[in-house]
Amino acid sequence: MEFFRNTNIDFLGKKWYFLAFSLIFSTAGILSMIFWHGIPLGVDFRGGTLVTVKFADKPDNGAIRSDLEKAGMHNAVIQNLEPGSNEVLIKLDIKETNEAQLDKGTARIIQALDTNPQPGKQNINNSYRIGFSAVRGSLGNRDPLHAAPAEYDQLARRIIDFRDKEHSGIIKSMDVLKGVVPDAAVEALKQDFYTANYGVRGADVVGPQVGGQLRNQASLAVGFSLLAMLVYLWFRFELIYGVAAVVAVFHDTLITLGAFSLTNQEITLTVIAAILTLVGYSMNDTIVVFDRIRENVKLMRREGLAEIVNKSINQTLSRTILTSGLTFLTVLSLYLFGGEVLHGFSFALVIGILIGTYSSIAVAAPMLVAYTEWRSKRSAAVAVPAQGSKGKVRVKV
Amino acid sequence: MQKNLLIKLVVIVGILLVFLYGIFGIPSKLSGDGLREAVLKHIRLGLDLQGGTHLILQVQIDDAINAESDRAIEILRDELGKQNIANADFSKPDSSRPDQVVIKGLSPDATTALRNIVNDKLPEFTASSGTQGTQVITMKPDVLAKLRTDTVEKSIEAIRNRVDALGVSEPVIQRNGLGGENQILVELPGVDDLDRAKGIIQSTARLELRESRGGPWTSEQEAMQAQPNHLIPPNMVLLHGRRDQGGGGDAVYLVSRTSVVSGTDIRDATTGTRSDTMEPIVHFYLNPGPAKKFADFTAAHMKGGPDPANLAIVLDTRVISAPGIEGQISDSGEIHGGFTPESAKDLAMLLRAGSLPASLHYLTERTVGASLGADSIRSGVKAAVAGMLAVMIFMLIYYRGAGINADLALVLNLVILLGFMGFFGAVLTLPGIAGVILTVGMGVDSNVLIFERIREELRNGKAPAAAVDQGFDRAWTTILDTHVTTIVSALILFFVGSGPVSGFGLTLIFGLLANLFTAVFVSRVIFDAILSRKARGAALSI
Repeated sequence: MEFFRNTNIDFLGKKWYFLAFSLIFSTAGILSMIFWHGIPLGVDFRGGTLVTVKFADKPDNGAIRSDLEKAGMHNAVIQNLEPGSNEVLIKLDIKETNEAQLDKGTARIIQALDTNPQPGKQNINNSYRIGFSAVRGSLGNRDPLHAAPAEYDQLARRIIDFRDKEHSGIIKSMDVLKGVVPDAAVEALKQDFYTANYGVRGADVVGPQVGGQLRNQASLAVGFSLLAMLVYLWFRFELIYGVAAVVAVFHDTLITLGAFSLTNQEITLTVIAAILTLVGYSMNDTIVVFDRIRENVKLMRREGLAEIVNKSINQTLSRTILTSGLTFLTVLSLYLFGGEVLHGFSFALVIGILIGTYSSIAVAAPMLVAYTEWRSKRSAAVAVPAQGSKGKVRVKV
Repeated sequence: MQKNLLIKLVVIVGILLVFLYGIFGIPSKLSGDGLREAVLKHIRLGLDLQGGTHLILQVQIDDAINAESDRAIEILRDELGKQNIANADFSKPDSSRPDQVVIKGLSPDATTALRNIVNDKLPEFTASSGTQGTQVITMKPDVLAKLRTDTVEKSIEAIRNRVDALGVSEPVIQRNGLGGENQILVELPGVDDLDRAKGIIQSTARLELRESRGGPWTSEQEAMQAQPNHLIPPNMVLLHGRRDQGGGGDAVYLVSRTSVVSGTDIRDATTGTRSDTMEPIVHFYLNPGPAKKFADFTAAHMKGGPDPANLAIVLDTRVISAPGIEGQISDSGEIHGGFTPESAKDLAMLLRAGSLPASLHYLTERTVGASLGADSIRSGVKAAVAGMLAVMIFMLIYYRGAGINADLALVLNLVILLGFMGFFGAVLTLPGIAGVILTVGMGVDSNVLIFERIREELRNGKAPAAAVDQGFDRAWTTILDTHVTTIVSALILFFVGSGPVSGFGLTLIFGLLANLFTAVFVSRVIFDAILSRKARGAALSI
C-alpha cells in the first residue's frame, strides 16, 4: 500500500500563502495574549488552590456556587470535567491562598460543600485524606470483631479498594459496605465515619513564590532547548539551517501558545512538557527535510536551491505525512482516553503536530531558500554592479 | 553470513531477557496478579498514580543566623564583662542582615578590647567601625555561606529522621532542585495522617534546659515590676510559657539567655507516666559530656544549695515547665507539662530525631487521593494500549511483511524502555505514560524513514538486498540527527523540570535510546534474516 508516489508539488511557489497563513494565526494568538485572554496560566504557575471534587450524582454547579458564595468565596471558578464522571474542579484565587496557612482554602471549600456535617466524624469519601491507615486505625481502636491485626489490615484494604477501584472514590452510604465486610465492622466504622454526597479526591495548593519559580523554570527550559538545538544544527549543517529550524520551532510554540490563549485553556506544568516535546518533534521533522536537502545538494549540482528544496520536500513527503499521521494517532488516543489530567497535554500536541509538520515545509524550507537567494543576490550585486543577477543559486555544504 | 546473523539474534534475545528481568524480576507466580505485583515492585509509580502528597518547604535560614549572632553577643558580653566593660549596647538594627551586630557606647580602649576578643574568640566574625563611633561585627561571607548550606542539610536530615520514625515507606526528601537554595522537597506516598505528618515535620522541636530566676508572672509588666530597678539582668530574658500550677494558661518566666543543655545533647527520649498523677511524661537521656555539665549545674542550683534556681524546660522558645531542682541530676531527666499520650509520644520521637536548626514554612502542598491515582492509571493504560494498537495495525496494513518487522521492533522498544525504568528505579508518572505513548509514535518514525527509503531504492531498480542496505545506510544520518536533537530537549526537561515533568523527560530519553537500538539494529537483523532465506532477487514484502 502506498499513499504518495512521485509527488511533484511546487511547495516553494506557495510561500506567500504560507506566509499569510502563519501571520494570521500567530498574530491572532499574540493579539489574544495581549488584549483578550492573556496567557491563561494554571494553578502551578499562578499560585492558588485547586480542589478536585467528585459527587455521587451529577453535580449542580449553581448549588455549588451558592454554597461557596455563602461561605464568602466569591471568585471561585467551578469547572466540570468529562460528562459522566460527576467531577468538578474548584479553583480559588491566589488571594485565598495564604502561605502561612496553606490548607485554609481547601478546608473552607470542604466546609462550604458539606451541608450536613457530622461532628466528630469524617467523610469517608474524602479520599485525599482518608486512606488505608485511617480506616485501619478506626477498626483497631474499636475492635468490633476481636480479631487479629492481620484480619483488620485485610478488611481495611478491602474497604479502600471497594471505594477506590470499584466505586471510583464515592460510597453512597456506609451500609453499602455491609456486603463487603462483616456488619459489626461497619457499625464500628459508622462511629468514626459518615458518607457525604461528595468526596475531595485531590488538592493542589501552590504558594505565589513557587508559582513564580516554575514560571521562570518553564521559560528557561524552552529557551535552553531552542539554543541547544541551534548549536547542534550549526555544527551539523550551517548556521542558516539552525536559524531557519529554530525560527520554525519558535513559530510552532507561538501558535500553540496562541491556541491556548484563544481557547482560554490553562497552561499547566504538563502543557509545558508537551510544548517541549513539540519543540523536539517539529525539529525532528525539519531535520528530515534538511538532511534530504543536504544530500541532494551534493547530487544535483546543476539545479538551483529552490528546485532542490522542492524536490527534497516531495521525496520526504510520504514519510512526513505517515509519521505525523501515526504520531497524531497516538496523541489522539491520549486525548480521547487519557483522562482530564492529560487533556491540556494532548491538546498542545494535537495542535503542535499539525503545526510542526506544516512549519518544516512552509516556514523552515522557504526561509532557507529566501536567505540563500538574498545572500547570493547581494554578493552578485557587489561583484557585477552593472547587471542584475538572475543566476542560479548554489548552496555550499 | 549465517553465523554472523545467529550471533546478532542471540544478542537481541539476550537483551530482551535482561530488560524483561528489569520489568518483572523473577515473578513469584505466573498468574495475572503475580505479574502485576512483580511489575509494581520494579517500576515505581509517581505520586500522581499511587496517591500521595508533595510538599515544598522553605527553611527560614535567618533563624540559624540569628542564633549564631546571638551566641556571639553572649560571648562578647561575657568577655567584656570580665574586663569590667559593662556599658556596651548590642543590637541588630537591620532585620535583613541577621549576621550583623552593632555595638554602641564603647570607649576607644573598649574598642581595642572588643577587637581582640573578636580575633581570639570569634573567628567566624570580623569587626569594623560603623557610623557614629559604633562598632560592627559581621559574619565572614564564607562562614555565612557554609551556615546556609549546613542549615538546609541539617533540616533535611532532621526531616528524614522524623518521616522515617512515622513509618512512611519510600519518602523523597531532598533539596528542591532549581527552586531556590533554601527549599526542601518532601514527597510522601500515601495520604494517611497527613495533618499529623505535616505538624511533625514543621515542629522545630528545639529543646533547651535553661536556668530560671523567677516566675511565673501573668504578664511581662508584672515580671518587670518584680525586678530590682525594673530592669532585666543583661544575661536574662523573659519568655512566655505554660503555667505549671492552676490549670495551664499563659505565664511569663525570667530565664537565662543561654542554655545548659540543648537538643543536640540528648541521646535518647522515651515516654512514661508519672507515678502519682498518671500524667504522661517524656524521659530524656543525655550524652556523657553534657551530662557532666548538667550534673555540675544541678549541684550548684539545687534547693538548699548555695545558689538555688529553677530549671526552665524550653521547647521552641516556650517554657513548658520550670520546676525547682530537687537534687543533683546527671544523665537523665523527665519533662511533664500537660501532655496527652499522643503528644508525649510525638515529642519523644522529635527529641530522638533531632531538632530543626531553623523553622520551616510550607510553600506548596499537592495531594492526590489514591482513588484519583487509580483512575489516572486506568485511563493512561487505556490510552497507551489504544495508541499502540492503532499504530501497529496501520503499519501491518501499509507495509505488509515489513510491518511485522516494525511491530516487533516497537514491542521490543517498549520492553527496553520499561526495563530501563525498572533498572534505574525511575518513577513512572502520568505524563511519563504519555511519554511512553509518544515514544511509540515517534519511534515508528525511524522505521518509516527506513522503509520509505528502501521503497525508493527498490523503485530505482535496486535488488532487494542492495535496497535494504542503502535504505538503512542513508536513513541512518537522519535518524541520528533527529534522535540527538530530541534527546537534547528531553535532557533539558529532565534537569530543568520538576516532579512529573522531569519523569516525562527521563521516559523520553530511555525511549529514544531504546528506539535507536530497535529501529536500526533489530530491524536490520530481521531484514537480513528474511533476505537470507529468500532466493536472490525475490521480491521483498514492503
